[in-house]
Amino acid sequence: MDFNFQDPFTSIGELLRGLLLGWGLAPGLVSLILMLLGALVLAGFAMTLAGVFLTWLDRKLAARIQDRLGPNRVGPFGIFQPIADAIKLITKEDIIPEGAERAIFKLAPMLAVMSAVGIWAVVPFAPRLIGTDLNVGVLYIVAVGAIGTLSIMMGGMASNNKYAMLGAFRTVAQMVAYEIPMVIALLVPTMLAGTMGVGGIVEAQRGGWFIVLAPVATLLFFVSAMAEAGRAPFDLLEAESEIVAGYNVEYSGMKFGMFYVAEFLHGVTIAALTATLFLGGWLGPGAQQFPLLGLVYFAIKTAFVYLVISLIRFSMPRIRIDHLLAFNWKLLTPLALAAVIVTAIADKLAPALGWNRAVVHLTANILLAWATFEALRAYARGIRQRVEVQPAAVETGGAD
Amino acid sequence: MEQWAFVALLLPVALMIAALPMAIQRLIAPRKPNAMKLSTYECGIETVGDTWVQFKVQYYIFALIFVIFDIEAVFLFPWAVAYGKLALYMVLEGVMFILILAAGLVYLWRKGALEWI
Repeated sequence: MDFNFQDPFTSIGELLRGLLLGWGLAPGLVSLILMLLGALVLAGFAMTLAGVFLTWLDRKLAARIQDRLGPNRVGPFGIFQPIADAIKLITKEDIIPEGAERAIFKLAPMLAVMSAVGIWAVVPFAPRLIGTDLNVGVLYIVAVGAIGTLSIMMGGMASNNKYAMLGAFRTVAQMVAYEIPMVIALLVPTMLAGTMGVGGIVEAQRGGWFIVLAPVATLLFFVSAMAEAGRAPFDLLEAESEIVAGYNVEYSGMKFGMFYVAEFLHGVTIAALTATLFLGGWLGPGAQQFPLLGLVYFAIKTAFVYLVISLIRFSMPRIRIDHLLAFNWKLLTPLALAAVIVTAIADKLAPALGWNRAVVHLTANILLAWATFEALRAYARGIRQRVEVQPAAVETGGAD
Repeated sequence: MEQWAFVALLLPVALMIAALPMAIQRLIAPRKPNAMKLSTYECGIETVGDTWVQFKVQYYIFALIFVIFDIEAVFLFPWAVAYGKLALYMVLEGVMFILILAAGLVYLWRKGALEWI
């Protein structure tokens, strides 16, 4: 068999399959071994990406934005800092506080990593390079992502620490709440593509990325997924200035490290999901013939979204919990419902009227955004009036 | 079934990969526990009372609201998948379903269940 440089991934798979079949193994077993190999490579790649490269990049970026140098002692530009950190964490004494639920305490960081890695099973990196194209991919993403929320709740509640407990409470209020607009926003690409399979959703964006057809849903998904991952400014569950470190206050050593890695991985996972579901995934000129090029497009889009997340993260102060919940339940959730209705009606009206699909969608979305801004302005005006009236009342009260 | 085999392999592999560094730490890290070290961390102050304190009822109400809307979203996914094959009136029925739930949200809003007191 000659090696096909246009499509190296399929070729490697075929090569390995041929090799294993040549050893006289049963075809079913060979498929299983290849799948296991794929799972190992995927999980290993994700862990290395999050644990080594992203922690370094994130600290460097944060430092640059905050006018510091960041890690610069270990290796050139401090790139070996994560390895030094890993060695430190792994040689640290592992403390499980008394009164903790030991089994749940140990299981929580593992589940956190499992949920973040598990989502990558359905992310298409390039044409024909996908873990498995489940026909319920979108629901799978939501379901496996929810395990991450569960793991944080488990970690907080098993620690027998009041700060950790508060972190777990906040998880219930925040992460659970932000799942609603996220799931409802996911209805929009499902509706436009007519399938829940992530591969199918990418294929459906050939005519135009969904960010063009549904900008409001894109923004909704992006914001609520960011809250779902617990990134700043939505990092109430581990707000270090309020509740020390929230759910992971009692964690030390590699158990803490696993929570840390899971958080970073979750951050890049939502970047990858936004890129896949709304920015066209691996689609780009020439990607169909050269899957390697598709991988490059996918990486560029993911990196771009991740940079936006980082930028928001380093420039915004933490949101207060009542604002956070009001933002979700009074703005994002109704807006998500409205976005689904608008998309549903616009997509049926466009062919009936004979207009261009993209134009109809874009107009509908702009109208929706305009209505939202008007509602917000009216709301802000109401608050301003109340605030401006009150001090005057106080002044007259203080005169006598 | 074939599709799910990869997931069935990936999830345990991910769990193992997370468990591996923790197992290595267990082998090489020192272990000298004492009562002080194992006590609950509360910024240097000794803990008073039980960890399982009463919590605000709002958390409970928000969790309940979440359950309603999450189930709604799951009901809507089949509708969204079949969307392309549906006639306009079927789509409008789905919209009606969403509007009924939106009415539920408005009710909760007016009742003050969405306020964080």
